[in-house]
Amino acid sequence: MAAGAASGGSAATDTYKEARTWLLMPAWITLSFLILAPVLLMLVYSFLTKEFRGGVVWEFSLSAYDQFFFDRGLFGDEPAKIEWTYITIFWRSIWQAGAATLLSLLIGFPTAYFIATQPERVRPMWVFLITIPYWVNLLIRTVSMKFLLRDQGPLNDLLISTGLIDSPLHIVNTNFAVQLGLFYSYLPFMVLPIYAAVERYNFTLSEAAADLYASKMTILRRVLLPAVKPGVIAGCILVFVPSMGSFLAPDLLGGAKNFMIGSLIEEQFKGNAGNWPFGAAASMILLTMVLIILLIFARQQAKAEKET
Amino acid sequence: MASKKYDIQAFPGFKPITLLCLIVLYAPLVIVTVYSFNASASLTNWEGISLRWYADVFTGPESEKFEIAARNSFIIAIIAATTSTAIATFAATAMVRGGAFKLRTVSFGLISMPLLVPEIVTAVATLIFFNAIGFDRGLLTILLAHIAFCIPFAYLPIQARMQGIEDTYEQAALDLYATKRQAFTKILMPLMMPGIISGFLLAFIVSLDDFIITNFVKGAGVETLPTAIFGSVKQGIKPNIMAISTMLLGVSVVMVTLSYLVSKSDKTK
Repeated sequence: MAAGAASGGSAATDTYKEARTWLLMPAWITLSFLILAPVLLMLVYSFLTKEFRGGVVWEFSLSAYDQFFFDRGLFGDEPAKIEWTYITIFWRSIWQAGAATLLSLLIGFPTAYFIATQPERVRPMWVFLITIPYWVNLLIRTVSMKFLLRDQGPLNDLLISTGLIDSPLHIVNTNFAVQLGLFYSYLPFMVLPIYAAVERYNFTLSEAAADLYASKMTILRRVLLPAVKPGVIAGCILVFVPSMGSFLAPDLLGGAKNFMIGSLIEEQFKGNAGNWPFGAAASMILLTMVLIILLIFARQQAKAEKET
Repeated sequence: MASKKYDIQAFPGFKPITLLCLIVLYAPLVIVTVYSFNASASLTNWEGISLRWYADVFTGPESEKFEIAARNSFIIAIIAATTSTAIATFAATAMVRGGAFKLRTVSFGLISMPLLVPEIVTAVATLIFFNAIGFDRGLLTILLAHIAFCIPFAYLPIQARMQGIEDTYEQAALDLYATKRQAFTKILMPLMMPGIISGFLLAFIVSLDDFIITNFVKGAGVETLPTAIFGSVKQGIKPNIMAISTMLLGVSVVMVTLSYLVSKSDKTK
């Protein structure tokens, strides 16, 4: 836009309007073929009949979803009862992801707040420190966590040598280990949006509240938290969503008793179960849950934006 | 200073929690790095510093497996990061410098899709897709899946950078009778370099580190470093795994630091 150029220019322009379609074409083709089409195909597969040892028969069937929700006995002729096995696995995943999110919030909020209130010059360095571990291979981080927490691992050695405990704490293969692993995997996702929100927060509001004799707790609860709520919600979602579908933390830190959705899905394709339609159905259910959460979030954000 | 006057910003206990947070984040990595230099064959005892396990990685019984896996990983990461960065750069140009158009929101949704869909779902979907079209699983399927998955990671820093560049430079070039192609290649691209480099480095790390999608779309017997490590870890953590992990950790830290320095050096300009 010539007017834009005359008034000092702007970043969003239509300089390359004519080439737009060609510029976007590679992205459209790659993502349509390798992400969108596969997800749609997965939806189709969840309504097909299973072939033993992997694969599908192209025959419409609801049995994958039926198997997920209902138990019809060994031969399939008994009256349908609710099947709790898979619902329990999903419920556990939600619960574990929720606990990990809460843990991340309890540690992540003070951290984000602390960083955002540092002198502006050193803030990028703090953010950098928090994000480095995220870029280290997730598998390596999870293995490192397992090594640290093992019964004979450095943490137990340290605790025993300082005399705090007599016998090693069994942390690996518990729910808590999984929560810790998830917390460790996704913490930066909690810190960064809260940090961004606190950085924009107007501290004169806190001062005004303090002038009116609000205690620090009251300021935190009644002034600061409502102001940075969008950041907090964004952080919670960014931790909760990947936690729910995670595979490595439950698999390596949880053991067989702490099975989560990720492992259930993996087993249908890589493991012994080999039931592709069922795996596709479980993936669809997971995807649906995630999309609902994201949709609610998007609507809330839109509403919050309108209000401000 | 802060202790003298009443500090409205400070909350008691937030600093210790931040330090605790850093300890939790770094302790496992530091411990594994330290133990990778352990001379002992057992994991529990410390018997002094040695490079024994690093030597084992390169010459030991599993060295061939890891060498092939490492080569696969790096080749895939370089090609996938390059391709996805190119795709992302073009897409960002259209999105930021292409004016308003109908499919803008749809395009952005499509580009962010790999971030919104849980990774395990993407993995399942991609496996089903390759299977349905009869594409044999192997290195090529891993590469294709990585290219798609890396696009948003390359796209976001590139888009952010482009939004920060005013179009006055390109306008000046156009006023001096440069073609749009010249404005793009001679003006916009050089200005975009820091963003493109960050995007490339992030895509590279994402590809190098990916386990879940790779595990689904790799063929039998084809391994990348993460899948090879996972296979070994399943039989118990061994010291040579710690040595490999430490090296891979080093690669990631170096890449991210480079990316950070590139973006930082640019702001001071």
